[in-house]
Amino acid sequence: MRLTGCNPWMSFVQPDLLLLKILHEPRAAASLSLKDWDLLIRQARQFDLLGRIGALLEECELLEVVPTQPREHLLWGRVAAQRHELAVHAEIAHVQKALDSVGVPVILLKGAAYAIAKLPPAGGRFFSDIDILVPKESLNAVEAALLMHGWTASHHDAYDEHYYRAWMHELPPMQHVKRMTVIDVHHAIVPQTAPVQPDPIKLRAAARSIEGFANLLVLGPADMVLHSAVHLFHDGEFDHGLRDLVDIDALLRHFGSRSEFWNELVQRAEEMQLSRPLFYALRYAERFLKTPVPTSARQAANAAKPNPLLLHCMDALFRRGIVGGGAWNPEHPALLSHFLLYVRANALRMPPLLLARHLFHKAFLSPRKE
Amino acid sequence: MHIQSVIPHVAEGVSLLYSDYPLLIREDFADFHVRITRPRGIRRWLRPQALFMCDTISAFKPLPLAQAFPMLEWGLNWCVSGHAHRYLMIHAAVAEKDGRAMIMPAPPGSGKSTLCAGLISRGWRLLSDEMALVRLDDGAIVPHPRPVSLKNASIDIIKNFAPESIFSAPVTDTIKGTVAHMKPSRESVLRMQESALPAWVVFPKYEAGAALQMSAIPPARAFLRIADNAFNYSILGRAGFEAVACLVDQVKCYDFTYSILDDAIVAFDRL
Repeated sequence: MRLTGCNPWMSFVQPDLLLLKILHEPRAAASLSLKDWDLLIRQARQFDLLGRIGALLEECELLEVVPTQPREHLLWGRVAAQRHELAVHAEIAHVQKALDSVGVPVILLKGAAYAIAKLPPAGGRFFSDIDILVPKESLNAVEAALLMHGWTASHHDAYDEHYYRAWMHELPPMQHVKRMTVIDVHHAIVPQTAPVQPDPIKLRAAARSIEGFANLLVLGPADMVLHSAVHLFHDGEFDHGLRDLVDIDALLRHFGSRSEFWNELVQRAEEMQLSRPLFYALRYAERFLKTPVPTSARQAANAAKPNPLLLHCMDALFRRGIVGGGAWNPEHPALLSHFLLYVRANALRMPPLLLARHLFHKAFLSPRKE
Repeated sequence: MHIQSVIPHVAEGVSLLYSDYPLLIREDFADFHVRITRPRGIRRWLRPQALFMCDTISAFKPLPLAQAFPMLEWGLNWCVSGHAHRYLMIHAAVAEKDGRAMIMPAPPGSGKSTLCAGLISRGWRLLSDEMALVRLDDGAIVPHPRPVSLKNASIDIIKNFAPESIFSAPVTDTIKGTVAHMKPSRESVLRMQESALPAWVVFPKYEAGAALQMSAIPPARAFLRIADNAFNYSILGRAGFEAVACLVDQVKCYDFTYSILDDAIVAFDRL
């Protein structure tokens, strides 16, 4: 046990995160001192990446060389990750069964997709909701089938209902009454009110089936990266910013081993009007996680580069959003950046007048949450 | 464990109750870095509060400042129960004698801590007041000797029962009523690396005026009740099932009703 007086607490979040180094170079873990491990375990836990670090070290067969005390933490995380994987597979089976009668193809998104397709980001990754994408015209049937099987709308007022149904790209989140699990039913990957509208029909046309799972699909490789990018760089929530960038990095390394992939990715981004989020994804994945991006792909993506002044601002904001710590901590200096990113995300989501109306309603008319 | 706080009660409580623990002055690694702070804002002046943080995670809502030390204890329990999944963690007090451990799982208010405090004042070694850590590899109980949390009338009962025991200042009006923590014996702290094999699982129940009663429970029934009291039974999945099964195979299980602490301890010594 160690007792100290008051000193600047957040000093453990170094500008050059040790966590980033180990994420892109797990073998460096072999030479860490016990003091480094103390820092690494804390940073990994803060960014919800302890399971990921454990999975990476296990892959490199390095768990054995980790000193006893930190190894214990990694093994604890592994137990939780194994349990999570089982729970995710069980939950997907429930969703599949519930939607079987609707007869539409169901595309799994993000965490659930990585888990079921056994893609590299799945290792040691935790998530709370199952996200699915279905055709807009089947939304009612899908919602009815989920209601029949025990999912209910998780308490929203009439305004929230309207917000989701008229403007967003998903139904209000539904929670299962017994298992308490949450499902987000999407019909597109950006809000209906956003200025860019990647065509969901094209997404569905390129989706891939998964062996052993009838009616369940995942997005095609390029679309999967683009969805992850638009989710990270257009949504206002950066609580899992670094984890989402780690997903993008793992997908790029995995799919990128096939050289034609990069060209397909850049072209698909253009076709889907998602070149800007792709530019950011490649920029920050390369910068923070040393993702190997071919020069030709980087140059092509640079066509969507914002003007230098804006880019300078975005660099500062995203740096804090992604590696600056969680917005949940009221004393944290990254709070302002998180707020600005939230404002930006809202601006990307709706035209200004509609946004003003929405924020007014949220600020003054919606019932307060305790 | 690395603990940081600006609140005097916290430092006083730690120096009083943890004085036998080894200090990590030269150690580079701590399992958890926690702090008890005073949240900012107007409440700091009107209704001062304490907040428990484990790095950037605040596990609970803030509590009144006077409850800062009990909050540290609850926070440390949270650190262990929320993470240490290489053990089956049962909400139970555990005491050991002659290398044999007695696990006392029970919901709050059943008198498990009172019984535990009584036992450790009469020659039993404290393994844990709040959770039994059953190692998954071999089923042994790994000690986690921390201060014993006593509530309401139990505080005076133990003070009379064991006048030499050391207590933190009682804190009133907590969610559990009045709470005080009792210092574990020096021996139980020094021997914290020494695990013990489980021999009994006893479900205690304090009932004023009741006659002493100890009745055996069939293993299948005991299994369900132990699983019910485990923090991480569902997280462990199959390993959790196997750990409880292995535990039930090794021990004798009893329901135990008592009203007089002395009689209870005599009964336990005879087991």
